[in-house]
Amino acid sequence: MNMFNEQDARALLEKVVKMSKADECTATLDGKIDGNIRYALNNISTSGVINDCDLAVSVAYGKRVGTSTINRFDDASLEHCVRRAEELARLAPENPEFMPAIPKQAYKPSNTWSDKTAAINPDFRAQVAADCILPCRKDSLVAAGFFNDTQAFTAICNSNGNFGYQRSTDANFTCTVRTADGQGSGWVARNVADVSTFNTKSEIGIAIDKAKRSVDAKALEPGKYTVVLEPAASAHLISDMMEGFDARQCDEGRSFLTKKGGGNRLGEKVFDERVTLYADPWDADSAVVPWDEEGMARQRTPIITKGVVDSLEYSRYWAKLKGKQPSAKHGNIILVGGDKSTMDLVKTTKKGILVTRTWYIRLVDPQTVLLTGLTRDGTFYIEDGEIKYPIKNFRFNESPVIMLNNVEEFGKPVRVTDDESNFVMMIPPMKLREFTFTSLSDAV
Amino acid sequence: MDRRELLKGTGLLMGALMLPAYGRVVAAEVLSTKLDVGFKKKLADVALNAATKGGASYCDVRIGRYLRQFVITRETKVENIVNTESLGAGIRVIANGAWGFAATNDLTEDGVAAAAAQAVGIAKANAKIQTEPVQLAPTPGVGEVSWATPIVRNAMDVPIKQKVDLLMSVNNAALKSGADFIRSIMFLVNEQKYFASTDGSYIDQDIHRIWSPMQVTAVDKKTGKFRIRRGLSAPMGMGYEYLDARKDGRIVLPGGATVYSTSYDMHADAIAAARQARQKLSAPSVKPGKYDLVLDPSHLWLTIHESVGHPTELDRVLGYEANFAGTSFVTLDKWKSGNFKYGSDKITIFADKTQPHTLGAVGYDDEGVKTQRWDLIKDGVLVNYQAIRDQAHILGLKASQGCCYADNWANVQFQRMANVSLAPGKDKQTAAEMIKNVENGIYIIGDGSFSIDQQRYNAQFGGQLFYEIKNGAITQQIEDVAYQIRTPEFWNSCVGVCDERDFRFGGSFFDGKGQPIQVSAVSHGSSTARFNGVNVINTARSLG
Repeated sequence: MNMFNEQDARALLEKVVKMSKADECTATLDGKIDGNIRYALNNISTSGVINDCDLAVSVAYGKRVGTSTINRFDDASLEHCVRRAEELARLAPENPEFMPAIPKQAYKPSNTWSDKTAAINPDFRAQVAADCILPCRKDSLVAAGFFNDTQAFTAICNSNGNFGYQRSTDANFTCTVRTADGQGSGWVARNVADVSTFNTKSEIGIAIDKAKRSVDAKALEPGKYTVVLEPAASAHLISDMMEGFDARQCDEGRSFLTKKGGGNRLGEKVFDERVTLYADPWDADSAVVPWDEEGMARQRTPIITKGVVDSLEYSRYWAKLKGKQPSAKHGNIILVGGDKSTMDLVKTTKKGILVTRTWYIRLVDPQTVLLTGLTRDGTFYIEDGEIKYPIKNFRFNESPVIMLNNVEEFGKPVRVTDDESNFVMMIPPMKLREFTFTSLSDAV
Repeated sequence: MDRRELLKGTGLLMGALMLPAYGRVVAAEVLSTKLDVGFKKKLADVALNAATKGGASYCDVRIGRYLRQFVITRETKVENIVNTESLGAGIRVIANGAWGFAATNDLTEDGVAAAAAQAVGIAKANAKIQTEPVQLAPTPGVGEVSWATPIVRNAMDVPIKQKVDLLMSVNNAALKSGADFIRSIMFLVNEQKYFASTDGSYIDQDIHRIWSPMQVTAVDKKTGKFRIRRGLSAPMGMGYEYLDARKDGRIVLPGGATVYSTSYDMHADAIAAARQARQKLSAPSVKPGKYDLVLDPSHLWLTIHESVGHPTELDRVLGYEANFAGTSFVTLDKWKSGNFKYGSDKITIFADKTQPHTLGAVGYDDEGVKTQRWDLIKDGVLVNYQAIRDQAHILGLKASQGCCYADNWANVQFQRMANVSLAPGKDKQTAAEMIKNVENGIYIIGDGSFSIDQQRYNAQFGGQLFYEIKNGAITQQIEDVAYQIRTPEFWNSCVGVCDERDFRFGGSFFDGKGQPIQVSAVSHGSSTARFNGVNVINTARSLG
């Protein structure tokens, strides 16, 4: 059994916590059923279902801690896992940064579950693939995509009487459509908690249109350009910047929010005044479990308000050291925008570049959060409010901190996830000035 | 390879509690044991029979026990010690000409039979829109065989106290030598993999890998500047003997930096890292422009990985990875022409899943194919790709090249990069002799930032240590260096590769590919090589 209900999860975790003879014990149980289908060259390539569940047990004797995990749940395995953690803890030296198990928390549930998403079966997944493949075959185009649905639960319990249980679902769709000669490529992505809001047939049209329109791309000189970034194109960059909001990193001198001479830039205006960013586990479009990995209850938290750094993340240890309130790790980030669509932003652009997707983004300099990466699968030149022609892809070297100081306009945020980010994000399409492209790429 | 995958790879995103822990090996009894082969064979036969009975024309079963241990420290503290164990079975079938896959952690006869039936059901659902049936290259059944990484000392057997003492000594040495911060980690992996297929193979393998990276930071509070120097070790397919700090594993390079081959002195590297991180704070910023680059193997492995290893993966070439990892500029017409100049005549690059000490070395791949070595680029010309069983027919091959891999029992196996290495130069030459002939160049040591487009044309690489070369001599350490390349031009600009005395491996412990993304570990060997006229940019920025 991998999808425990609340009653069974509680019974198992309470049994584990009671088994422990240590001063304190915290146990978490995470299970999921993950279904996926992958297709390429207009055929299904792989497809499967993964069932798994993991128990993690952490115990402490004084400031000595031990942790152990297992994915089997018979009594002997549970006992073994607890004793293993206890043995580790008994042998441990005191950790000067030890923080005791969290006290009982009040978790206000968030809406992370959809029955319809949980009911997805192999036929549904095959139909998603077919709805992408068949129109592409008909149009002499080539589809490659991935649809992944997850139903999961997480449960946490400790010897202070804290307990939480919540289920969640998620469906993630991406598809790349390429012309048969490989000269055009378009992409579409959609992430939803409730699959009833997802329609493959309308989504695939976006990728097909971009593939057709991106053929015969012209080369522009690298340099600084006004850009319209679709939400998926900026999400990874924004996500990477969030690491710099860790208070300890700032205070230790290792963040872009470090102050010269020591300390951090909390309360300072670091971004354009149109930048307002917050976390909210109960956000209707991007709800996440209302506690973090440690069990700390998440709160609605302003992070940047009108360009001013409004909060930093304080771990319990660092908060105690600095006399601050500790904060849970954010599960989502919401960048406030307006009502305009990506195409509305294009309409108000005199000259610029529309970017569908960014790719292989890596940190070049942590001091300035300078990131490099490339555009991909739909890059177009904009003139007088219209998409004029496709252009060859660029490599960029740009910092999200600089980007968010060069804001022209934000559109309406949409739900985005990224393969390389832990956040569920609400990110608007954005028009930015002086975005730095440093070289051309021949890749289509 | 990326941060999230690194975390995923360490199990830190798996819901594991992230509380600090420390201890001697607890799990000595757990980490040193193995599942009974008879038990695995019995379960595998149940799954094979269930799949065949359900209508599968082919089935393979992988029963995997994946053990990992991570010792994570910062400065004078042990942040966490994590032992993870994951056990289950992945069952792959062909039914009605299509693939199906299901995985389960229920290792009972009923559990694996149900998963086999589920895999068959999925294959049949997929077959409805399949236009071409899967063509599986034959591979001989090998009966009951076994293979193990040739290690001297199983790192899982080494007491945790010994590991912690080493890391604490490393951290203290760095702090005493001018570092403000240090994070050091020890990653240990043991894959106990059992493979069985309807071809008649029952293969039991015991695979070990080790990696001990560190990150040393120096801060200048006055200016608010900080610089990082990462360790110069490589992840290896070795046991704990890699950390023995033998003198014969040490190589002192021109300019004074020390790098390592098959034995790593982490303590000495930490001291050097602390000093060099501090030197980086005041090192002059590079003037952008064209330079001749002399690239140490500790750096060049990553350029080989990104610009040769990935683009010669046949699944990418064909379009199977088009939606995520991308396709490849190394299209089949280039291979068929027989004269595509991938690089200069100094460049011979080969794939090899058999080299001792490497991350990719196994006896058999994850579809039961015996591993081998083959050339990808010979004297500058593209000659081959990397292919697995359902792709071999596309190249006219009668058998797979044996480079199929899954990172876990729960994930389906697919084409993964073999160890891909640059063959040493035929003429005797050392790095010092190479540098003597460079007028205006940069000597780069250690891997840094890396990024490449989805067809592997345009890449950008940083590094750990950069030394200016003027008129044949190393003059000073410089900073803010990254070079940008177009792959074929870059490899064609190679004018020299040092000989086999300089051949060393680097590698990636967490190379990401596929959807859902899977990690794999792969090594890349080379000797120091020189590339002329490469575009270098300056990466310094001001946030105002």
